[in-house]
Amino acid sequence: MARSDSSATAVSAPTTADTFPRLLAHLAATRPDATAMQEKRYGIWAPMSWSLYAARVRDFAHGLAALGVQRGDIVAVLGDNRPEWLIAELAAQSIGAAVVGIYPTSIGEELLHILTLARVKVVIAEDQEQVDKLIRLREDYPKLATTAYSDMPPLLLETVVFYDPHGLEQYTEDYLRDFTDVERLGHEWGTTRAGWLDDQIADGKADDIAVICTTSGTTSRPKLAELSHTNLLAMADHLTTIDPIDPKDRYVSFLPFAWIGEQMLAVACGLSRGLTLSFPEDSSTQKTDMREIGPDVMFSPPRIWESMLSEVQVRIDEAGWLKRKVFGWGYDIGDKVAERKIKGQSAGGLALLHLVADQVALRPVRDQLGLARTGHAYTGGAPLGPDVFRFFHAIGVNLKQIYGQTEICGIAVVHRDDDIAFNTVGTPIAGTEIKINDDGEILLRSASVFRGYHRNPSATADAVDREGWLHTGDAGYLDEQGHLVVIDRLKDVLTTTDGTRFSSAFIENKLKFSPYIEEAVTFAAPDGGMTAILTIDPMTTGSWAEHERLSYTTYTDLAAKTEVQELISEEVNRSNEDLPASIRVKRFLLLHKQFDPDDDEITRTRKVRRNVIGERYGALIDALGRGDDRIGITTTVAYQDGTKVDRTIDLKIIDLTHYREPEGRGRRPVWSGRR
Amino acid sequence: MLSPPVADDREAAVRTRAYQHALNSSTLPAGSPALEIRDIELRFGGVVALQDVSFTVTQGHIHSVIGPNGAGKSSLLNCVSGLYHPQRGSVTLHTGTQGVAHQLTSLPPHKIARLGVARSFQNIELFSGLTVLENLMLGRHTHMKHSIAASLLWFGPARAQEIAHRGLVEEVIDLLSLQAFRHKPVGSLAYGIQKRVELGRALAVQPSLLLLDEPMAGMNSEEKEDMARYVLDVHELAGVTVILIEHDMAVVMDISDRVSVLDFGRLIADGTPDEVKANPAVVEAYLGAEDH
Repeated sequence: MARSDSSATAVSAPTTADTFPRLLAHLAATRPDATAMQEKRYGIWAPMSWSLYAARVRDFAHGLAALGVQRGDIVAVLGDNRPEWLIAELAAQSIGAAVVGIYPTSIGEELLHILTLARVKVVIAEDQEQVDKLIRLREDYPKLATTAYSDMPPLLLETVVFYDPHGLEQYTEDYLRDFTDVERLGHEWGTTRAGWLDDQIADGKADDIAVICTTSGTTSRPKLAELSHTNLLAMADHLTTIDPIDPKDRYVSFLPFAWIGEQMLAVACGLSRGLTLSFPEDSSTQKTDMREIGPDVMFSPPRIWESMLSEVQVRIDEAGWLKRKVFGWGYDIGDKVAERKIKGQSAGGLALLHLVADQVALRPVRDQLGLARTGHAYTGGAPLGPDVFRFFHAIGVNLKQIYGQTEICGIAVVHRDDDIAFNTVGTPIAGTEIKINDDGEILLRSASVFRGYHRNPSATADAVDREGWLHTGDAGYLDEQGHLVVIDRLKDVLTTTDGTRFSSAFIENKLKFSPYIEEAVTFAAPDGGMTAILTIDPMTTGSWAEHERLSYTTYTDLAAKTEVQELISEEVNRSNEDLPASIRVKRFLLLHKQFDPDDDEITRTRKVRRNVIGERYGALIDALGRGDDRIGITTTVAYQDGTKVDRTIDLKIIDLTHYREPEGRGRRPVWSGRR
Repeated sequence: MLSPPVADDREAAVRTRAYQHALNSSTLPAGSPALEIRDIELRFGGVVALQDVSFTVTQGHIHSVIGPNGAGKSSLLNCVSGLYHPQRGSVTLHTGTQGVAHQLTSLPPHKIARLGVARSFQNIELFSGLTVLENLMLGRHTHMKHSIAASLLWFGPARAQEIAHRGLVEEVIDLLSLQAFRHKPVGSLAYGIQKRVELGRALAVQPSLLLLDEPMAGMNSEEKEDMARYVLDVHELAGVTVILIEHDMAVVMDISDRVSVLDFGRLIADGTPDEVKANPAVVEAYLGAEDH
């Protein structure tokens, strides 16, 4: 067993359970009345005990069996984070089926691809919105199958189970089922089959597929990575060896369960360590709900951390001068102490002052962000800018980088407390081997390396070699401290004229550190240096515009303002200062729209798809390379009544070659959008 | 409806996400007449606001009343809610309880409210210093029955009652997606949100008939779209019969089951949106004369 090396771990509830359903049974037996999860509903945190959780899983598992789901089948779940998502997952696993999580924002080809490839018969969908998508897919399918998607396997969708019935009362489609009806059906089905489910759970093997996670591919057809119970539980053991999690810890689950990061903490760590999960009431109340809970553990992609920083910047800028001064003072002390602490040194002479600074300046900010109790915070999925990293350490949040792919259950390398470097991703977790091959590619091997891509042996063979090494496709190296430094995707690594290898992601992250820049995509200019397509952050830039008494209507209008272009010029110039001359951004333009996952420009986890950008905005990139003054782009605007109008938008290309920063401007601190 | 659920129901209530309270208090079958307006005439001194207006609102419909400014739309709504008493004609409400028909023309507003006729106002009429939740709880006051002393001490039945009513109000909050604003004072909210709270307050009454006076007035197109969706949700999810006064023709034609058109106090057309759109009198009076 892969978990044998975990015996040294301090596990609060020792158990030999090696599958999720058996872990659940163990928790329901040992801690029946403890809270497994709570969801804010109707303004109140409604708890669900381990015993009720297990009972509902039992009913739903019987229900799935009654609907014809068999061992080895795959059930899809399409919805936001709710207890039903996990009940469906555990129920499927209890009868030997697996679950594939689909991002709730998925549409069209992506959705069809996942459902057909995994031969899904039963989908658990959240609400009317998701059900409508599936009904439409089913209706359009005969047409689709003969045309564009004829290469896909058939759609086998038989039943759609929904758990939020609002608005679905009038629907007459006979394949729609209410979640609670399926539970009831299962309950009856189960009464005549005593012991059946226990046998099923006992028959489950640790190497069975537990979860299928979609990989954020560069096309609309993601690969489906099969993760077994062993994979996920080995990862949970290895992670908690470094950063122990105990049953008293709280975790707020708001990132999609389709993402490996959420499966890894909420499900794998959750079930193996008995963590209490909390689900926010609504996406609009997420921040206040998180503050109410005060999670002990948190794992989020850079996007979330960046937006927290933006929020601090906006709110500090709206605060009075006294608050700004006090925070500025406290931040400087926090920053100095953090710098010592990440190297494993004590605060020294600053200890007392830091205590005061923490009380008056730093802790209140942590509290506002819901991070007051957070002992371990992780970022992963994409690189996080070193400056953002530094900000969180300065305010006293123990933020650490996690590196890993879906194919290795999300975690392979992580920072240790007191040994953090902002430009690295840390050292491998227990049970993980690392090696860099001759191409500079990072290879990983551990018990968490996935079973393979679903129905795609050739892709699996490309990803994992015969000795079990996972080829990550990332370029990187190990530094003198043994920390792994990830450069970028191997294919995106560029070499300058003087031969240094660098990553466009590095420059882009530097640009994105500006509170006003939301996304950046850089390209090498034919005449040396870099060019960039930027999108502005409407929240921070909008609030800046208001502060400057600048009126604007839409995003497009805001991005076209000369003042905004000057603001961004200054920000780009600032980020250029730390870069070698050969990779500085010399020309850029502000795009007329934000990148949108529905347009395939960005993945559901908000990673920019360079190839799509490259194709769609080829004309812009060429113009940037040539150094034109302006470039027109034609976009189609669809109105509510169905009419479409082609509109040409004129975008200005801003050249920074001879840029001089306006005189007499001070430096902008990290935590503020102002000087 | 607000009696404590039995154990089995409670278990089911934990599992299901379906609403536990019916927001529609009318027990009429859909399709039967809910409100009959017959030959009403309303005068202010020598000014005739409404003359010989007759139409029937059918249970389960969104029934829109449109017309140019000053056509008498709000006056008509005021005749239904009892703020105005027409000099002639009758307004009859059917709520389905024991087949009783209520004559609204002779009743004061608070008695009409007790019959389940709830309304929202063209100009927002909320308590701006109170929170969204408190404003919505106020919508429940016709249903609360306990003494001042019990309320002040907030013990026993008074407490139990308030908790039960809060349950219903929370479902209204959920239906109208007001969760993020629950504890915010109404005065601090954006106009579009205040309008939604106004709709919520009317809905918290558990109406048998909902009167909406220009719920989308002064909104931008995005807010209008949102509001139209909420009106549709209220109608489809809660099954409430709605009388809607609105200026925006596109919205009216999109969401109404039936449309009545007023011009200078007279009813000039009454029918489905398509019929009304094709009616030459409407085109001339409303659509043709003004550039809409």
